[in-house]
Amino acid sequence: MIQSINISKKYGSAEVLNIESLDIPKGESFGLVGNNGAGKTTFFNMMLDLIRPTTGKIVNNNITVNESEEWKTFTGSFIDETFLIGYLTPEEYFDFIGDLRGMNKADVKSFISQFEEFFSEEILGKRKYLRDLSKGNQKKAGIVAAMMGNPQVVVLDEPFANLDPTTQIRLKKILKTLTEDREVTVLISSHDLSHVTEVCERIVVLDKGNVVKDIQTSEETLKELESYFSV
Amino acid sequence: MIGHFLKLEWKQYFRSSYWQKSIVLNVFLVFFALLMVVNFLSLGVASFFLIEEQMPGKDPLKVVNSFLIFAVFGDLVFRYLMQKLPVMNIKPMLILPVKKSKLVHYVLGKSTMSFFNFMPLFFYIPFAIVLIGKEYNAAGALGWLFSMIFITLASNFLNFMINKSQIAFGVIFVILGGLVAVQTLEIFDIASHAGVIFDTIFNQPILVVIPMLLTVTFYYINYKQLRNRVYLDDVVSIKTKEANSADLSWADRMGDVAPFIKNDIRLIWRNKRPKTVFIMSFIFVLYVTIFFGNETYETKMPAFLIFASVFATGGFALNFGQFIPAWDSSYYKMLMSQNIKYRKYLESKWFLMVVMTSFLYILCIPYLFIYGLDEFLMLTAGAAFNIGFNSLFLLYAGSFNRKRIDLDKSAFANYQGTSATQFIIILPLMGLPMLLFWGFSSFFGFNAGIIAIAAVGVLALLFRNYFMGLIEKKYINNKYAAIHAFDQKA
Repeated sequence: MIQSINISKKYGSAEVLNIESLDIPKGESFGLVGNNGAGKTTFFNMMLDLIRPTTGKIVNNNITVNESEEWKTFTGSFIDETFLIGYLTPEEYFDFIGDLRGMNKADVKSFISQFEEFFSEEILGKRKYLRDLSKGNQKKAGIVAAMMGNPQVVVLDEPFANLDPTTQIRLKKILKTLTEDREVTVLISSHDLSHVTEVCERIVVLDKGNVVKDIQTSEETLKELESYFSV
Repeated sequence: MIGHFLKLEWKQYFRSSYWQKSIVLNVFLVFFALLMVVNFLSLGVASFFLIEEQMPGKDPLKVVNSFLIFAVFGDLVFRYLMQKLPVMNIKPMLILPVKKSKLVHYVLGKSTMSFFNFMPLFFYIPFAIVLIGKEYNAAGALGWLFSMIFITLASNFLNFMINKSQIAFGVIFVILGGLVAVQTLEIFDIASHAGVIFDTIFNQPILVVIPMLLTVTFYYINYKQLRNRVYLDDVVSIKTKEANSADLSWADRMGDVAPFIKNDIRLIWRNKRPKTVFIMSFIFVLYVTIFFGNETYETKMPAFLIFASVFATGGFALNFGQFIPAWDSSYYKMLMSQNIKYRKYLESKWFLMVVMTSFLYILCIPYLFIYGLDEFLMLTAGAAFNIGFNSLFLLYAGSFNRKRIDLDKSAFANYQGTSATQFIIILPLMGLPMLLFWGFSSFFGFNAGIIAIAAVGVLALLFRNYFMGLIEKKYINNKYAAIHAFDQKA
């Protein structure tokens, strides 16, 4: 589904990302792990054509992302709260995204209603603008918006950060059902090793822009990762 | 301790985006500030002599005194609108071992260092010096000067006590309006009666203790009010407004651009800065009344009437358009990762500018009956130029915008998002129609000048799709630079 070929990013002489090749097959739940500055967000931003690679290219479903914009029709994403429109209420924001993704009002409504539990009465019908919600609630709205319009690829940067424990558990359930029938490819990054091993079937560890580990998740993965990071 | 605070202030000031702006803008701002200072200063120095000359036999001090009451209330109105107590600055210090009383004193003390308190000094001080030079009683002049300074400070603290209460503002506004009305309608001569108060201060300089006590009292009340309220859920809190969603489904009829139009309507309505731009555009409609019917402009400088005409209908397009796409800067990344066609995004902005320009043009129709056909033709040509040429040109210029805009900051004296681009684009926007008019009308007469302007507008409109294509390309080429730039917080 997603091929990253010889991709690298340099700012001046500092190289922040250099991945020789990375292949993410369709339907995989893919986890990206690494310390601050490892290049996770840079990689995601490049996947979304928000920054240009210095060398190489990323191909999303046979479309080179910085050459055509067709990938946008089947890719949903949430990187950070700057993806939200602060002066809209969550409902209006979902309507807006729904409009862009070819859903009508009824579609949006029925889609959103699936997430009532996830929102736990904090998001909908609160008469609050997104900018006035707490960080965690903003994140909830952004994550749900990223899943609108039946995307085939969902990119979430640090989806677990700032969420309360209950919501974290609910999010894990949502992500698992999303990849259940192996139609949707999910890419997430996280600092929380246990969450990411629980949700993802494959985990790539980045360090200073390089891939240092590429693991198919198994019973031992969490231990392996913990010992890697405890150095 | 105070030293620490001052150091922080110093850094805040010089590391703020204010100083990191383009040179052009800084030069412009400094120039503007100096202009204000020079204005006040020259007024302070010259007003004594001017009054002496213009109103022989009258005591200039008494004349000035009679106007002071209006100045005081006018000052309060301006302060209410523009001055805010910087309480939020102390938030990071609440958990540090600093006494809360000290923080409150600091905030209140800092508020005295405001533009509003310094500007009047540039008038009062030279005026007092002239008084002494003219052999007025020195003690009286000093007493008068210090009284004025204390009254300024008292207004400063009174404004914070009012603390954005709309009722108090209403009262002040009504008093000021009442004073002006009573004075101009000659119902009662407020000026001379109120002037007596200030005359008395001059004659009895010891009375300076009254404004002094007033200042101290207001300071103390402010202190008392704030001292027990320095909590995150009280004064040190960001007020949130309840959202109210108006039904905008009527906009759905506009097809592909509808989601953007709906968004832009909400953008304008729910954020301070674009809202001010919107409201101001109606004031620009009135702007032409300064020019139209004015002998000098009508006969000698008709090109300036064109300037006014373009402004009248273009207030919104110019002020909103010049910051496209920076209005959307805070979520630009999201828009760029969504399945949108740049073309639709740009067309929605274009549509908004055109609709508003047309609407403002309709509001201008009464001018046909007030000023006559020629003026109305000018307005019509201006509107055509705005709709055809300016809307497209502003979109094109927008692709050079590299400054982020925080929507929530007030629009008054807010230069965020402004760069050299904004100054350069004004030239063709306003200059071109003036030049066209001047060129054509001086050779072929008035009508030719009008037709030339309108023709450029109509031509641009006819080739809209072609230009839109060019603009779209430009935006796509500049996409990464814009994303990067909008990510830079001030």
